[in-house]
Amino acid sequence: MWGLPGGKAREAGLDPGRRAGLPAGMDRPRPTVAELFLTYLKIGLVGFGGVNAWARRVLVEERRWVTEQEYAEVLGLGQVLPGPNALNVAVQLGERFRGGWGALAASTGLFGGPLVVLLGLAMLHDAYGEVPLVKAVLAGTAAAAAGMILGTAAKITEKLRPAWPILAVGIAALLGGAVLRLPLPWIVLGLAPFGILAAWWTDKARP
Amino acid sequence: MSEDSGVLGQLALGFLAISLIAVGGGIAVVPEMNRLVVDVHGWMSDARFAQLFALAQAAPGPNVLVVGLIGWHVGGLAGMLVATLAMTGPAGLLAFGFSRMRSRLAGARWLRVTERGMVPVAVGLIFSSGVILTQAAAVNWLALAVSVGSTIFVWRSNRSPLWVLAVGALIGAIFL
Repeated sequence: MWGLPGGKAREAGLDPGRRAGLPAGMDRPRPTVAELFLTYLKIGLVGFGGVNAWARRVLVEERRWVTEQEYAEVLGLGQVLPGPNALNVAVQLGERFRGGWGALAASTGLFGGPLVVLLGLAMLHDAYGEVPLVKAVLAGTAAAAAGMILGTAAKITEKLRPAWPILAVGIAALLGGAVLRLPLPWIVLGLAPFGILAAWWTDKARP
Repeated sequence: MSEDSGVLGQLALGFLAISLIAVGGGIAVVPEMNRLVVDVHGWMSDARFAQLFALAQAAPGPNVLVVGLIGWHVGGLAGMLVATLAMTGPAGLLAFGFSRMRSRLAGARWLRVTERGMVPVAVGLIFSSGVILTQAAAVNWLALAVSVGSTIFVWRSNRSPLWVLAVGALIGAIFL
């Protein structure tokens, strides 16, 4: 009951790397500091519409450094910890793979590229921000990026196949954010006990 | 000169404080940023703040980089760097400390259960931000159709989402 399909769940449970809290199993590569930097540079630069969906795509699907479940767990921790989520994820994964240098490489890669882009945009914005074509392109990109985030969430849910108590907590977070528009700290801190309870309960129910 | 360093100090302190209450992510504290920048210091108007926020959303990278744009607006390049570092430095150190502590506790059952328990909150909030952004982007039926098409593409295929972003940009350029 790791929230993964049966066979994978047993693997995850037996994997000594998983037990030791290391994301890398024996078959999964452990990135170097340079790889962490370059990969996070890419995540930052392609990260339209927020980077969490992109980080998942690159880390789980392309590089296979972490599993779907591991990424979702690190992201969950990143939301409880104060500060930007994507930064918290980069620091934690960097630290697990390569200690302090890994954390530094991942986080500077994540912020370095986009900062340069933003610097250029900030200088151009006053001159071109009101051009109708630019606004139209941005509007179309924003619509696609929003759909991308929904598609990513659907994909994660499909792969993790949550047991119903876990699913219920997820739906509560969705409703709290999208319908009730509650402040995020309320949702995260308010639902954390229920999420933990659901995880504890499904963990115990495991045969 | 002293005025400049005064502004930089205010940027640093303001965003440092904000970063440490940003549970749930940087976007959670946008109203607090608005208060700091518009109401407390009067650095810019509400409309200007909304513009910078939209610009940061449209650009690649973490959405929290809106603090970089605010810093740029208030104090140029130095302001941009100071605001970004204040927002990321202390929070990053905290995450680092947590990660170090976690590896010592690894294997503890309560920790595993806690981590698994935060997964639905994380995924539910991804859904939620997708819904909110879709609503904001849905200026007409075509924009909504782009969002729906993009959702299905990213969900059902393993191709890079850059494809849907490119198609979205193209449709925007032609029709919106």
